[in-house]
Amino acid sequence: MDKPPLDPMEQRKRIITSRNRVLALVLFGLVALFFAISIAKMS
Amino acid sequence: MSPATAQPIPLPADWRDFLSLTKPRVMSLVVFTGLCGLLAAPVSIDPIIGFVAILCIAVGAGGSAALNQWWEADLDAKMKRTAARPLPAGRMERTSARDFGVALSVGSVLTMGLAVGWLAAAILAFSIFYYAVIYTIWLKPRTPQNIVIGGGAGAFPPMIGWIAATGEVTLMPVLLFAIIFFWTPPHFWALALFVETDYAKAGIPMMPVVAGHESTRRQILVYAVLMLPISMAPFWLGVAGWLYGASALLLSALFLILSLRVAVFRGGAEDSDMRPEKRLFAYSVFYLFALFAMLVADRYLVG
Repeated sequence: MDKPPLDPMEQRKRIITSRNRVLALVLFGLVALFFAISIAKMS
Repeated sequence: MSPATAQPIPLPADWRDFLSLTKPRVMSLVVFTGLCGLLAAPVSIDPIIGFVAILCIAVGAGGSAALNQWWEADLDAKMKRTAARPLPAGRMERTSARDFGVALSVGSVLTMGLAVGWLAAAILAFSIFYYAVIYTIWLKPRTPQNIVIGGGAGAFPPMIGWIAATGEVTLMPVLLFAIIFFWTPPHFWALALFVETDYAKAGIPMMPVVAGHESTRRQILVYAVLMLPISMAPFWLGVAGWLYGASALLLSALFLILSLRVAVFRGGAEDSDMRPEKRLFAYSVFYLFALFAMLVADRYLVG
């Protein structure tokens, strides 16, 4: 059975939450990347 | 204001929309050729620094793709193939795409410079400028040679990969550039021959629209002929071994045969539905993947 369509405010909240999660993941990835670069450059 | 008369608030762009701005499918070819350039170089590079170099090439390509879509939003809206992209579909504001593109471009160049080297970073910066400004803004809407010029942008990744590993510009990265540069026109013109109406609708001066099919077919053949010596050059100059040389000869000979089929030997029943053009387009994708894969295989197995 198809899910009932979300109301716009609910959909808005869902999109912003998923965007924030991806942004947090990207920022964490960048921190890890620059940490790894620093280690590689020092060795 | 009553709820019945309130204007609906447009939904914010999804993270998938930002991802699609970077043209992930094009990025896969960029990553592959950049990685091949890096791996085929006759030096070993720290795996983390190598990973960062490829990441920067990919992110830089994504940034220039976002800038391309920011600039071409109106054109994209006129073509069926591109009308569903985030900007023409109205899922994102133009300034968001521009800022995203600038952030990715600047971030990738700075990271490349700090982590890998400033020569590779400078060429990455130039490749982004070349694609976003020289190609997209300046020459694409003005000349039917736009595909030849655009080929330059796609030709930078293996060159950057090689330079990221070696730290210097030598003949081989220039040859890698030349291979993609001369491969691009027959690849895209074969596609443009069977999706011509879409480009015509958007007013982009693609070669088949401006110069006609006959002229485009002849030019496809000219580039296919040129591909043979250019793809063989790394072998003749002693930079690649026999495995690459034999593969390049076979692959380029078949490329030439399929181009001949498009340019000269036409008129059969199957030609009316553009089957030779579709076949050449599909083979050209395989050709580039195979050629670069053999270059890397040659380095590790033969040389």
